[in-house]
Amino acid sequence: MPYYYRLPQPSYRAFYVLKRNFLVWRKLLGPALVLHFGEPIIYLFGLGLGLGHFVGDMGEVSYLAFLAAGVVASSALMTASMEGTYSVFTRMVPQQTYNAMLTTPINTDDIITGEFMWCATKATMSSIAILTVAFLMGAVESMMALIAIPIAFLCGLCFAGPAIIMASCSPSYDFFNYYFTLFVTPMFVLCGVFYPISVLPELMQSFVQVLPLTHAIALIRPLVLGQEVTQVVLHLGVILAYTLVGYYIAIAVVRKRLFI
Amino acid sequence: MSDYVIEAVNLSKHFGEVAVVKGIDFKMPRGVCFGILGPNGAGKTTTIRMIMGLSPLGAGSLKVLGHTMPDEGELVRAKLGVVSQADALDPDFTVLENLLVYASYFDIAKDVARPRAESLLAMMELTERVHHKPATLSGGMLRRLSIARALMNDPELIILDEPTTGLDPQVRHLIWNLMRGFLKEGKSILLTTHYMEEAERLCDDLLIMDSGDIIEQGSPASIISQRVEPEVLEIKLDETTCRTLLKDVEDLRFEAVGDHTYCYTRDAQSVVTCLQGLSNVSYLHRPANLEDVFLAMTGRELKD
Repeated sequence: MPYYYRLPQPSYRAFYVLKRNFLVWRKLLGPALVLHFGEPIIYLFGLGLGLGHFVGDMGEVSYLAFLAAGVVASSALMTASMEGTYSVFTRMVPQQTYNAMLTTPINTDDIITGEFMWCATKATMSSIAILTVAFLMGAVESMMALIAIPIAFLCGLCFAGPAIIMASCSPSYDFFNYYFTLFVTPMFVLCGVFYPISVLPELMQSFVQVLPLTHAIALIRPLVLGQEVTQVVLHLGVILAYTLVGYYIAIAVVRKRLFI
Repeated sequence: MSDYVIEAVNLSKHFGEVAVVKGIDFKMPRGVCFGILGPNGAGKTTTIRMIMGLSPLGAGSLKVLGHTMPDEGELVRAKLGVVSQADALDPDFTVLENLLVYASYFDIAKDVARPRAESLLAMMELTERVHHKPATLSGGMLRRLSIARALMNDPELIILDEPTTGLDPQVRHLIWNLMRGFLKEGKSILLTTHYMEEAERLCDDLLIMDSGDIIEQGSPASIISQRVEPEVLEIKLDETTCRTLLKDVEDLRFEAVGDHTYCYTRDAQSVVTCLQGLSNVSYLHRPANLEDVFLAMTGRELKD
């Protein structure tokens, strides 16, 4: 079997890549925190309170709480997608960060594994920020919401895959428009962040079942709202499947791009 | 420990249908400065990438520091210091942080890395810039920082890919002196360069590549003596005029270069005597150098 398609073989050096990204992030803490806290505050105030005024309650919970739970999941999607496309491309092409790393014992598998962990770490930080804001607004109904934090990490891994694949196949930043318009935005709008998917036409409901964000929301929302989580194995299974397939393909395409 | 840091046997590489490296054989001895020269597209970069373990071999075998490439690339890169053409420094980190983060990739502990970084920065005369970002540094400073970074792991083999391109003479001389120092410490240097003067000054041994083949191999002095006549006169006249003027001198070889004619000879004195009798003829008399060999072997037409 050609080297490119062999199973990923990352080493502990993946953590060096993670640490490097963390050190850069820490330097830009101001803008990072504005992004992490600013966006959810706008969503929760603007849509949660504004739109929520007309929507009223969603069964037993307020629209604000319903939305907050969805935004925890969608922010994992957004954060990991931005990091996996724009930031990974920046390090791969214009900044040549990976080429510098590759003159050391670090290899491509370490780099991509480190980037997956970093995407997931940022998704987690973002989910913590949103839960904090939601909690302060009284929109967190249960301490079970803390379990949403590791699930956000898993979602970050899941959404990192397709984003990194996109970054390593794109000739320039412009090509990310395909990814965001055809994959990220449809998930953001259709997978139940703003409304329960049960209100969609049946065909549409079947379609969104294929998308990982639907399952992320199905896990996270009941945890935040203090409701019972159902079909845990199915939801985790879909997210895990996306994660593993995405990871395998991402490693293969980055090897093809960097090890030539 | 092998006497050779690099041993390539029938090393080949093709991209699609195009053969970029065509079954080359060479050995680089330990403790020397070894040059790989060649015009653009000769296969130098691909060869270097294979040596670093960043490119699968097409065919043949390659050992670097006793390890088989590319399978043992990580072991080899732990002992390599690489200065690439693109400095690829981290723009968000300061000068010092760039070195410390890079050292971490080699498992070098922070309490070892910090004093080493500081002493390397002092050697590179960058101490005053320790807390500056790379964007504020000049081209020469960036290259010195790249060299300092490549030395963080105390490498056995240093790979310098066109290290002095675009630098001013002061920095070039500094880098040349550093390279001589590395050799004295027992390190080995693999150098690619487009400057034949640089190769002639520094390389103990070199090979010239063209279109994926090695077309010449040896020390600069032996290559020059085998390939071209020892002396050159660059005469500011066209070739026909030169041939007429110098028709009585034997064993001359002429080459037209723009509005000059290069006259290669073993008997420069006779040519000079002839030319001195003429007014309005300007010429330059110099020993033959590696550039003469390089251009004679790879041609004068542009390569890209």
